[in-house]
Amino acid sequence: MTIGTSIPRKEDPRLLRGQGRFGSDFARPGQLWARVVRSPVAHGRLGPPGTARAAAADGVVTVITAASLPPGLAIPVRLQVQYADLTGYLQPVLAAGTVRYVGEPVAVVVAEDPYAAEDAAELVELDIEEAPAVLDAAAAAAPGARALFPGGNVAADFALGYGDVAGAFAGADRVVEIEVEIGRHGAVPLEPRALLADPEPATGRLSIFGMTKVPVFNRDLLASLLGMDETLIHVHAVDAGGGFGARGEFYPEDFLIPWLARTLQRPVMWVEDRAEHLVAVNHSRQQVHRIAAAFDASGAILGLRDDVLHDNGAYCRTHGIIVPELTVAMLPGPYRIPAYQGRVRVVLTSKTPCGTYRAPGRFEGSTAREQLLDVAAHKLKISRNEIRSRNLLRADELPCQRSMSTLGTDVVLDAGDYPALLAKAQAEADRLGYADEVARGRRAGRLRGLGVAAFLEKSGLGPQETADVVVSRTGAVHVFSGGTSLGQGIETVLAQIAADALGVDPDQVSVVNGDTDRQPFGGGSWASRSTVVAGSAVHAAAGAVRDRAAEIAARMLEAAPGDLISERGRISVRGDPGATVTLAEVARATAPGCPHLRPGEPAGLSARRRFEVAHMTYPYGVHIAVVDVDPGTGGVQVLRYLVAYEVGRAVNPALVAGQLRGGAAQGIGGALLEEFCYDENGQPQSATFMDYRMPTAAEVPPIDVLITQDSPAPGNPLGVRGAGEGGVSAAGAVLASAVRDALGLAGSVGRLPLTPARVQELATNGGGR
Amino acid sequence: MKDTHLIRVRVNGREHELAVESRRTLADMLRHDLGYTGTHLGCEHGICGACTVLVDGAPARACLMFGVQADGRDVATVEGLADGEDLSDLQQAFSDWHGLQCGFCTPGFLMLAEGYLAERRVQDGGEPSEQQIRDVVAANLCRCTGYQGIVEAVLETARRRHAREAP
Repeated sequence: MTIGTSIPRKEDPRLLRGQGRFGSDFARPGQLWARVVRSPVAHGRLGPPGTARAAAADGVVTVITAASLPPGLAIPVRLQVQYADLTGYLQPVLAAGTVRYVGEPVAVVVAEDPYAAEDAAELVELDIEEAPAVLDAAAAAAPGARALFPGGNVAADFALGYGDVAGAFAGADRVVEIEVEIGRHGAVPLEPRALLADPEPATGRLSIFGMTKVPVFNRDLLASLLGMDETLIHVHAVDAGGGFGARGEFYPEDFLIPWLARTLQRPVMWVEDRAEHLVAVNHSRQQVHRIAAAFDASGAILGLRDDVLHDNGAYCRTHGIIVPELTVAMLPGPYRIPAYQGRVRVVLTSKTPCGTYRAPGRFEGSTAREQLLDVAAHKLKISRNEIRSRNLLRADELPCQRSMSTLGTDVVLDAGDYPALLAKAQAEADRLGYADEVARGRRAGRLRGLGVAAFLEKSGLGPQETADVVVSRTGAVHVFSGGTSLGQGIETVLAQIAADALGVDPDQVSVVNGDTDRQPFGGGSWASRSTVVAGSAVHAAAGAVRDRAAEIAARMLEAAPGDLISERGRISVRGDPGATVTLAEVARATAPGCPHLRPGEPAGLSARRRFEVAHMTYPYGVHIAVVDVDPGTGGVQVLRYLVAYEVGRAVNPALVAGQLRGGAAQGIGGALLEEFCYDENGQPQSATFMDYRMPTAAEVPPIDVLITQDSPAPGNPLGVRGAGEGGVSAAGAVLASAVRDALGLAGSVGRLPLTPARVQELATNGGGR
Repeated sequence: MKDTHLIRVRVNGREHELAVESRRTLADMLRHDLGYTGTHLGCEHGICGACTVLVDGAPARACLMFGVQADGRDVATVEGLADGEDLSDLQQAFSDWHGLQCGFCTPGFLMLAEGYLAERRVQDGGEPSEQQIRDVVAANLCRCTGYQGIVEAVLETARRRHAREAP
């Protein structure tokens, strides 16, 4: 068995040698380079761009604007939820008539060389009559606000919930209400986007390098936008420099570059630079929560309500309204909430459009809910741990169905023991000396605080995933999965799952993810789904191959299939070590014309299996952190950080720990440092890594990790729960809790990120709202 | 009219002679003219460090140097670290400590660390501490790992090399 062991990653050798193949590493003979011209203003009427000077520049092949394209092309929503009609808010592939954010594509220059393309892009003359930008979501949603779209600025306004919320608040002993604002930040993977489209004149096919996350969906969408048969598009598997939700969604460039390649009948490469990335790729997170809970005298929650203002930026992109939907659907978290209503307004503003970022909706909602519990504990004069353990759902209360749906599936908390994990996390933090460290710091006169936050995650979104497992003549096992490699180590995890099911060594298994020819039914890697659903599909396909191999081996060895055992790439008759065949020999025995292959049987040793699941699985966890606040500068230093997480079953514990640690680091960024700021005209103020401050090794402490496997997921054969987002989910919550504790605030911290300026203000004026 | 210069540069011990436009960055020259695509570009403004290479033994941001500035100099990239089939001790430590996930920043961290380790050796930096290593690692950005595995890998390599070379 390799499941449960931290085998070395299959990805590592090539990446360590500089032999990874990322999107911008490819090159084709005769390749052209594209440069996107972007709007320099946040809002205005756009006249036809002047392209003559750019088109005449050295090395330029073509310059296109919206007028060059079929009219009315807009990027549709990938995930439709809550019956929202967003057709009036979709992003065109090139702006026509109006620009709505700084960074919106308005033209593309194609040249023989990237330097020439960039030079010529500066020669495109933009005729924009500037209009006032709308930057504040509350103002944009108010009656009489300047309308950015004919349908107004509120793209959707809906509520999820259940129970008698008004009754719960009317009958409460105590009502606590706070306002919490989450700053605008985003995924910002270290590799900017890159895309190469290569037309093959002989076949009419189009090869694409650089599409990740949902390659089959993107292939199908591209085919429909180009009017092509989808099997004529081949999206190749490539390495990707981090995804985190943002990379691999279908952006304007995902149409423009293939369209140009097809039109010019030459390979076209596009690589964005970082300044573009920070204004072009999905932003996320910006929300204002007015959240309230009703309590009885003992501190038990009677009802919860939240009114969320979600700033979605200039358009609704592929994610539609799933981030606001997930926010309110997941807001009750792991707690016993008899009555709940979460309302959300999805507001459009003159900023870069938004999409998902690792733990979408949960980072935001957990921050609001956990801050509310901290403030409530203070008012109810009970401890922060007490208010949580009193209200966490107990093991005997699960499964718990909440009368809400998200991502098209009902919310059914599957299994687990939330209070037990809180107790384990506290015991681990005590063992590691967190409380002592707080006491020691305070004795030394420091503003030191301890934070605690509990959270519920979701993972394993189906409804389906497909995997193919093929054994070749050498005995090598090939897995063709519908997941994609974004750096998470999914090649290694799927190899372990296939190896165990087949009784071979993981070294014998190779995994290809995200190649649309090799796996035309793949659902992609997102929402912490791949270990759960791709893993279960691989488990089933490899099991089918094992059974088929046993059937063939039984004929070869003249034994009953039930008497055979498969291990280390050999199939042997139990109790007769001499009677054995290798997997390679079995594979060769399935070639056409072999005597062991019966009439009518398909040749080859392979299987395709589909895993289907109606509901997600819900992992859960606890974060505990210790921080110091510098009273002079307002700087927050994270001293200790623990992530306790129930993963069901860890296929590769080192990779689970890596996911949790990396997520926590991103969460520290979002809670303390990172923010996309704009000036009053809608000009981005965070357009370089000097201004958009991602955490370095100086800001991220060693992250302690407690992985528990106490509650295998009931909904899949492996019992796995998904690990991608548990590190970041409660980071905003726990750091807000710790800073509030350090400053001794009675109210909430009010707003993330907790930058030095905001912390100084809190230290001076106290919390509030 | 392009302003082109004929230069000679040694990369991972191998001599190259090429004509390069004066404004072409060292990173683009390495990647597109010489095929060393292991040097990655994460920001092109000198912050992230993914493009870090060694120039005459010292770490340099290849996005902030012009190719012509490498004329007559010795450049080391990630492709030169492994010895044939065998990963270097530092590369192996990165794998052992799970110091990489997507691997995009990894070449920059490896070259940064090699530059630091070489400098330590020259200056006889004594027994390395985690804080020293953390300060060095803070020069570059990683978005996946939370830095812990990177710090552990460089620390272990520093200790092993120090123990090996100590009198």
